[in-house]
Amino acid sequence: MNIIVLVKQVPDAAEVKINRETNTLIRDGVPSIINPYDLYAIEEALRLREKHGGRVTAVTMGPPQAAEALKEAVSLGVDDVVLLSDRAFAGADTWATSYALSQGIRKIGAFDLVIAGKQAIDGDTAQVGPETADMLGIPFVAYIRKIEKVEGGTMVAERLMDEGYDIVETSLPAVITVVKEINTPRLPSLKGKMKAKSLQVKPWTAADIGADPDRIGLKGSPTQVVRIFPPAPRGQREILSGSIEDQVAEVARKLKEQSLI
Amino acid sequence: MDYLLTEEQIMIRDLARQIAVEKIVPVRAELDEQNKFPTDIMKAMAQADLFGIYIPEAYGGLGKKSLDFYIAIEEISKACLGVSTTYAANALGSYPILLHGSEAQKKKYLPDIAAGKKYVAFGLTEANAGSDASGIQTTAKLDGNEYVINGTKQWITNGGEADIYTIIAITDKSKGPRGASAFIVEKGTPGFTFGKKENKMGIRASSTTELIFNNCRIPKENLIAKEGMGFIVAMKTLDCSRAGVGAQGVGVAQGAIDECIKFAKSRIQFGQPVTSFQAVQHMLADMQTQTEAARALVYAVARMMDNGAKDFSRASAMAKYFATDVAMKVTTDAVQVMGGSGYMKEYPVEKMMRDAKILQIYEGTNQVQRNVVALDMIREATRTK
Repeated sequence: MNIIVLVKQVPDAAEVKINRETNTLIRDGVPSIINPYDLYAIEEALRLREKHGGRVTAVTMGPPQAAEALKEAVSLGVDDVVLLSDRAFAGADTWATSYALSQGIRKIGAFDLVIAGKQAIDGDTAQVGPETADMLGIPFVAYIRKIEKVEGGTMVAERLMDEGYDIVETSLPAVITVVKEINTPRLPSLKGKMKAKSLQVKPWTAADIGADPDRIGLKGSPTQVVRIFPPAPRGQREILSGSIEDQVAEVARKLKEQSLI
Repeated sequence: MDYLLTEEQIMIRDLARQIAVEKIVPVRAELDEQNKFPTDIMKAMAQADLFGIYIPEAYGGLGKKSLDFYIAIEEISKACLGVSTTYAANALGSYPILLHGSEAQKKKYLPDIAAGKKYVAFGLTEANAGSDASGIQTTAKLDGNEYVINGTKQWITNGGEADIYTIIAITDKSKGPRGASAFIVEKGTPGFTFGKKENKMGIRASSTTELIFNNCRIPKENLIAKEGMGFIVAMKTLDCSRAGVGAQGVGVAQGAIDECIKFAKSRIQFGQPVTSFQAVQHMLADMQTQTEAARALVYAVARMMDNGAKDFSRASAMAKYFATDVAMKVTTDAVQVMGGSGYMKEYPVEKMMRDAKILQIYEGTNQVQRNVVALDMIREATRTK
């Protein structure tokens, strides 16, 4: 079973500050990490490999230093890595990113499953998984919390919903995104770290993956950022205390006061 | 202090530290209280390749040496000596195979040990044999293609949990210590059972049991080296493992210092942190200086072993007793600096103090280590006269 994991290098959210004038993230000097949700994707891929054999390939698009994220993936046990890196990719939104990733995946060759984290903690869009599936022309299932079985070209999995979960069956190959309930990511291994240390990551360029220049980078990005602003603060809130009975009585009184009940 | 570690040694240290902080520290009090074997932690350590550090690459290990292994032991010991004893006892049990085993034995057992799939235990001590290894009463008699083992081993670390046991038994009573032989016994062999799990003062996450052999038949291929080599196998094994106990001492001492200074900085008495009092400052300085001296000695002995020294009995005995005496003193002082809080189970130093005591006792008491050092000094003085 050959599995591709999509990873993204993101700034460590615990260390990021916001520039109050431009409302953008101050990324300078902030350490980069693998998007935490992607660690669950890597772990699930490694577990499927342990069960079914095959290889796990981690793919990312990013600047040359994104190779570090791929090395971290290798230290966790990933077999192969692909770095899509080219100035022409710069300024990509999720649509152009998904196009580049789908072209990279096509070049890798035959695969059974693409796994990604449910979203990245910097952009928080949760769009790259489904868009990549669309561009590859294969099924997509989001928010997987458990893979029940992989058998005969299909997969059965539990999809986390707001209330409860769905059991979903999909044909393979497919793209899925996973939630943190799916597993506990492992720590790196010494052999993995040693392999990662000596690993040379040779980037694939836009030309290498046969990308249409009009569909990548800023040019291929329909998203326009018109303005960045902090969301309006929520209305005034009050937290009640005391016994449940007292709290209920207080809520009822306040609602009546506002003529809401 | 900078010990000029290699990039790979730093990698080992950082990974062992990560496991200690993320997997061990959160559960150590519970393991201690419940006398519970750290199954999940052992699995995480196996996945991180920590069991294979000192095993040659040809048998699935990382092919590193003593210092690399001791660095891992030290980091794990900072967090919990019970876990580190479980971990280090694997090496103790593996050394007889690693040092004296046949190629077939190495191929059969070492890969699973390196992968952490099988745990190992070393069985030497008996009711009447501990520091005096020549008092062994467990016997092994050759009967056709099998050895028949009878007797009871006592206080065996990883007893019941290990899959592979390397034990010392007497094959020829008339020859004294030269009548002892080393064997491999696998868990599940008929006639091989375990006594009750001991209820210990410290290192309670580790399992300690009796090994009971009652007409236990093992294939004769399970003899390590030759008949009569048992005492040498045991001594060489202990020579290799002893400085590792020193590394445990360095780890628990440093762990106690780290906890203690964190507390003392925020503990206010007479309107100021207790670290502002010279009496406390001097204790802290002594604790760290002694620990650093112990670390320097342990690392020096490890480097001596790793560079091919033939005889390191004296050096490893020095490292063992010095570092573990320091561990006992430093953990006791850590409790003292923390006062009433140090004595309470809400803080980890009382456990560290209880745990540290065993280091002065197991793998040769610190009194026996001093004998080893003194006798070697006297021998040398006699030779060079």
